[in-house]
Amino acid sequence: MAELHVELVAADRKVWSGEATIVIARTADGDIGIQAGHQPVLGVLESGPVTIRQADGSVVIAAVHGGFISFADNNLSLLAEITELADEIDVARAERALERAGAAKDAGAERRAETRLLAAQRR
Amino acid sequence: MGAQLRVYRRRIRSVSATKKITRAQELIAASRIVKAQQRVAASKPYADELTRAVSAVATFSSTQHPLTTSVERPTRAAVLLVTSDRGFAGGYNSNAIKAAEQLIKLLEDEGKTVDRYVIGSKGIAFFQFRDVDLAGQWKGFSDRPEYTDAKKVAGELIDAFVTPTDEGGVDEIHLVSTEFVSMLTQSPVAVRVLPLAVEETDEPPAGGPFPLYDFEPSAEGVLDALLPRYVESRIFNALLQAAASEHAARRRAMKSATENAEELIRTLSRLANNARQSEITQEISEIVGGANALADATAGSD
Repeated sequence: MAELHVELVAADRKVWSGEATIVIARTADGDIGIQAGHQPVLGVLESGPVTIRQADGSVVIAAVHGGFISFADNNLSLLAEITELADEIDVARAERALERAGAAKDAGAERRAETRLLAAQRR
Repeated sequence: MGAQLRVYRRRIRSVSATKKITRAQELIAASRIVKAQQRVAASKPYADELTRAVSAVATFSSTQHPLTTSVERPTRAAVLLVTSDRGFAGGYNSNAIKAAEQLIKLLEDEGKTVDRYVIGSKGIAFFQFRDVDLAGQWKGFSDRPEYTDAKKVAGELIDAFVTPTDEGGVDEIHLVSTEFVSMLTQSPVAVRVLPLAVEETDEPPAGGPFPLYDFEPSAEGVLDALLPRYVESRIFNALLQAAASEHAARRRAMKSATENAEELIRTLSRLANNARQSEITQEISEIVGGANALADATAGSD
């Protein structure tokens, strides 16, 4: 199966890069799946988990907090201010953050914690 | 021990203590420059991708965005000055402040009212001492800025920019920070951040011409989300460069302070040796003189 090159970039570091067969991300209009040869696209991402499926069947999950997806010439870039791989997420800490944010009515922090937990569940 | 010698010894001790401190500061700063440089490099992929995305959207959509439209006759401007929280960095802060003052004067000569935004305790203290009102001030992150810090600052500036001028908003935003040229050279730079200038060029963009993108949800929607991120990224980059410059300036200042201390210790040691020697000479001549006097006295009584 044809592969595309994926770069997952946060504001302060490159989080992940490699080859993949399909990438599924959540845009403002709903989930979008991109395979090699897709039409060039530039979209706004919602907070949510991003799934990167590799040729050998392994899956990389990342929590992306806002940002952009851009695909052209078989190169896919996922840009986000904050991005974490699911393996890096500390579930206990995210749960605590969710409780704290819920109590403090901090919608932004609550959404971030929820995104982290969602990504962590899928790994 | 004579009084003169004691004074020299005491000064040597105090200079050595200062030298230890400046030496330690120098080593700390040297190790942090590398880390700060790595952070500048690590933020580059994001900044590059973002710039490319902004150029791509700007190429395909002719939509006017509030952040790219300049007012015909700008009357109010904002200047964001990046300084450090700590001193001991030679001319780093005063150079940045001087550049900001020049820019402010230039803007005021053009008939604009200038709002001052300052990052870093040193810059804040400078303006507060002169009783100048600051529109915004931040501190506590100058030597290790995080993206959230840049976001906070950018958010406030963008808010000021989109507010209509007669309600206290500003028409343009300038940024004065220190650019990290090399380990030895850091120069203050002033750039206009907003409104973003859209330039028409015939040159092909870096990384090849832009493909015909599909925009999700729409070109305007993408631009709406992209431009604030772009401003944040510019400010974040300025903060990272300023942090690297701060450490480099501090390392150099502390290095010359250490060298001066060494020089001082050398001079003082010479003076102390001299004092000790003349003390000994004096004692010898006193003893010899005394012995001679005694000898003369006994010789006379015979």
